[in-house]
Amino acid sequence: MLDILLDILSWILLLGGALFLLTGAIGVLRFPDFYSRLHAVSVCDTLGAGMVLLGLMLQGGLTLVTVKLMLIFYFMVFSGPTAVHALAEAAQVSGLDPVEDDREDG
Amino acid sequence: MSTLLGHYNYWIVIVLMMTGFYTVIARPNLVKKIIGLFIFQTSVFILFISMAKVEGGTAPIIEEGYSLYSNPLPHVLILTAIVVGLATTALGLALVVRIQEAYGTTNEDDIHVQDETD
Amino acid sequence: MQHLVDIVLLGLLMITGFAIVRMRSLLAVTMLTSIYSLFSALLFVVLDAVDVALTEAAIGAGISTILLLATVALTTEYEKVPSHRSLLPLLVVTLTGAALIYGTLDMPHYGDPNAPVHRHVAPDYIEDTPEEIGVPNVVTSVLASYRGYDTLGEVTVIFTAGVGVLALLGVHLRKRTEQPSDYHKLVVLRVIAKLFFPLILLFALYVLFHGDYGPGGGFQAGVIFATGFVLYALTHGLGNAERVIPPALLGILAAAGVLLYSAVGIEGMLLGGKFLEYNVLADDPVSGQHLGILLIETGVGITVAAVILIIYFGFVSRRPGGADAQDPS
Repeated sequence: MLDILLDILSWILLLGGALFLLTGAIGVLRFPDFYSRLHAVSVCDTLGAGMVLLGLMLQGGLTLVTVKLMLIFYFMVFSGPTAVHALAEAAQVSGLDPVEDDREDG
Repeated sequence: MSTLLGHYNYWIVIVLMMTGFYTVIARPNLVKKIIGLFIFQTSVFILFISMAKVEGGTAPIIEEGYSLYSNPLPHVLILTAIVVGLATTALGLALVVRIQEAYGTTNEDDIHVQDETD
Repeated sequence: MQHLVDIVLLGLLMITGFAIVRMRSLLAVTMLTSIYSLFSALLFVVLDAVDVALTEAAIGAGISTILLLATVALTTEYEKVPSHRSLLPLLVVTLTGAALIYGTLDMPHYGDPNAPVHRHVAPDYIEDTPEEIGVPNVVTSVLASYRGYDTLGEVTVIFTAGVGVLALLGVHLRKRTEQPSDYHKLVVLRVIAKLFFPLILLFALYVLFHGDYGPGGGFQAGVIFATGFVLYALTHGLGNAERVIPPALLGILAAAGVLLYSAVGIEGMLLGGKFLEYNVLADDPVSGQHLGILLIETGVGITVAAVILIIYFGFVSRRPGGADAQDPS
């Protein structure tokens, strides 16, 4: 019983992660400028990959695999936002301004 | 049909190889040429590793419960080739940097023009 | 199912490859090259080559990208439009490709277990490794023991390439006073880099000493070790990195690794075996093999890490505009 419950939970997490990754990818394609695209990417990175990793941890159970996945999770949580920060910083230093949307809301 | 399923892997790898080859011979920029070489090289790696694959096999790390393993020999060859490839690519890039310093350009056509006027 | 993953990855590789040919911004091409490497690393995992995937991810997507970026920074960012039409190259490429595809028709099918490649030495390696070498990872046993000569040759090639880069670019022992004016902006990066630096080195050691049991070994460990220092140099400035690991020391280390490897071989000869025979290194053959593999993997790791750092320092200590821009007068 517990097995099935864990399986269902892990699949929900995996599919949810996949959904976030998909929205992130669509965001990168659709957003108008560099900074808002970055925003989409960072959602992808932390939430999408994080949920996939959590789902995999539930699949792995109490094994060495889960420990390794937790280490990967730890690295993702730190490196993802840092990479996005560095990118935004670099864009700002090189003089890229955000696109402001002047359109009236309709 | 079986030819298609049995060989599509090799064919795509050959297309990739030719992509790299085309970059090497058709692009005048030296950095781009080295990147083309890099793509060619990586495609050759994929070709070798595709040949090592055994249907239904697993990674060649011996573990109880598995009896069919993929061929480890191409893996060894390619593993070292990747590192050697990096070393040679670096040497090529170093040459490009020196050419840039000597000629002020990395464009092959410009280098030829400079050589002829000298 | 596996074919599906395979086809998707190969398709992505093709798209990336074509994009690399078409794009003129070399910075973008560099990034695409890195992505190309990452996709091929994924493909290697699907094709059961986990050791190769680890190496490709660390080298192709990691170090190569940094070297390419350094080169682009020293040369031009945009590629010029070629002055002549490229019909002849296209013809040559099409003909070569067609000839190669014609050649593959005689090849055994993909994944065929009865292909000639799988019938000669490979089954022996897989069957004999548990008794003769006693390590689960067959790739490591073939690399370090059965084909130790090859690997010694490869390490020498890497060492030679390092010497070549040193001869071409040199590592200049000049005083570095430069601190970029916007250095304080890197504070987040520097804190995170400091957090990761010891972990990366620890992971490199894990990959080195766990290479007998899982994917890993000297080549991968050396690259990961070097990556740690490259990260440090990127965030804390080249001067500080050279204070941590002086270039003169790197030269010695690069040679020391190759020497350690050959010394293990000669030690085997002195103990009455053949060159690179590990069975005689300890009382019983299997622990001798373990010791031998560990020592030569360490040698490989030291050389690879040192050579990559020599190459990296060589590239980044160059200034755009040539050698005369180097003395800050």
